[in-house]
Amino acid sequence: MTVAPTTEVSRLLREEFDSVLDAWFATQKREGVRRPDLFSDRESRRQLSDLLRAFSEALSRIDITEAVDIDADNWSELRMALSEITLVRTERGVAPWEMTAFMLALKQPVFEMLSKNLADRTDRLLAEAADFGRVVDALAMHINEYFIAERDEIIERQRAEMMELSTPVVQLWERVLTIPLIGTLDSMRAQEVMENLLNSIVEHSAEVVIVDITGVRVVDTQVAQHLLRTAAAVRLMGAEAIISGISPKIAQTMVELGVDVGEVTTRPSIRAALAEAFRRVGFQISRIEDTRV
Amino acid sequence: MSEAASIYTVDKVLLVAIRDNITDTDIINLQEDLSERIVSEAARGVVIDIAALEIVDTFVGRILAQLSSISRLLAAETYIVGMRPAVAMTLVELGMDLPGSKTALSLSHALRALKAKGLA
Amino acid sequence: MSGPPAQPAGRVELRQERDVAAARIAVSKAMDALGARALRKTRFVTAVSEIARNALDHGGGGVLEIYRLDRPRRIMIRCSDQGPGIADIDQAMTDGFSTARSMGKGLGGARRLVDAFRIESRVGAGTTIEMEANP
Repeated sequence: MTVAPTTEVSRLLREEFDSVLDAWFATQKREGVRRPDLFSDRESRRQLSDLLRAFSEALSRIDITEAVDIDADNWSELRMALSEITLVRTERGVAPWEMTAFMLALKQPVFEMLSKNLADRTDRLLAEAADFGRVVDALAMHINEYFIAERDEIIERQRAEMMELSTPVVQLWERVLTIPLIGTLDSMRAQEVMENLLNSIVEHSAEVVIVDITGVRVVDTQVAQHLLRTAAAVRLMGAEAIISGISPKIAQTMVELGVDVGEVTTRPSIRAALAEAFRRVGFQISRIEDTRV
Repeated sequence: MSEAASIYTVDKVLLVAIRDNITDTDIINLQEDLSERIVSEAARGVVIDIAALEIVDTFVGRILAQLSSISRLLAAETYIVGMRPAVAMTLVELGMDLPGSKTALSLSHALRALKAKGLA
Repeated sequence: MSGPPAQPAGRVELRQERDVAAARIAVSKAMDALGARALRKTRFVTAVSEIARNALDHGGGGVLEIYRLDRPRRIMIRCSDQGPGIADIDQAMTDGFSTARSMGKGLGGARRLVDAFRIESRVGAGTTIEMEANP
């Protein structure tokens, strides 16, 4: 086992373990991150103790005067102890910022411990405080990354669920599908919408798809590009797209933006698009009166 | 005949189904085989089924586009059928929307279109 | 190019043309192991196919390494060759992709298909590309 250069903080932490633990607990109480509503004092203290012990153990082994790479193997036991506590606390409802504050609250008691013991050696005091602070900061960032990753996965799932609910693909007639686009279209949503639509084409063997943009709030270059890409993808699969709901204002905007619709069929209203779609799949609409004998 | 695709002839229409993970050499051989068969069998239509392809990159995309151009020069019309949604989206994002190629939902759709044009 | 620890999840030598297909299969399998969604898989594997082929055609062959990342959970690949290198990376990234004929190096397209893209290349010293995607 390698022995780190003797730092004061690692030695002092071992010697004054209990008082640092008490002080850490007290700081948490002051900063409101102890959460007595979720954890008994005994539970909280035990979590702190486990964590502080892992901390102390790591410090006795690792040289913190150099840059700290908290993801490296030698910090893995401390990371694991931190993960366990984070899991336990978040399962009961502790918020991310509270966990970060929980961790950062360790700085003050340790700085006080260092001040008391190194009062006559200020340069040593500053160096140790800086080194220790760096480690605590790295751990706090590590906690943040964990939460961000968790959040991202949840957001991902929710998006997918919302997508299915908010952009239904409707089969208007044999071989004719329609999809009303509503609201704003960020690139992630746009992709989900396209995927949904293309899958529907396969499912219904649709030959014509009416993409209605009447409900789209803003038609900018990004939206226009997405529409054109959707039309291109629909064509690649062997169907045709008709973009409907292009108002005079939108038409002007698109021309001003230099959007070239090319060969994509467009219509100002769903009604016009539907008539065109029927024509393409071989149907025509006529009044009942006209056909009555 | 290459191993990665089988070519069948039905009523003057060449049908090809491309197998997944076709290698570059195979697909180039396919291009040659098809071109020759269009002439030797006086085919007026070609249907290429890519339903088995999970991945179509720019190389394969380029060959597909070339196949369409070549067959047109040889007086035949080529339809690409069975493109998977994910593949269609990816090709479009790669900037390859195969402008010169005809597409159809399925083999029967392609045959119907060819018949309507008097090519099958 | 370093970052959080990555778990190796495969490696493919790119020596001949059939290795590009092998690379696609290997990355596909790795993404399945991550529970990747179909569209994500198609996009990323297509991008891998592009740069693996580049390494072979322009880089004289190379190696594709596959990794699994945590926090956030992602797949990563590193494709490196000891070829002539790219003189103008910017140009290679925007090189023609809109016509069926002039594909250029296809890097711009690959970049659009992935969630993270890093490239290092020096003339005479080869090229290394790293790409990541969410599963």
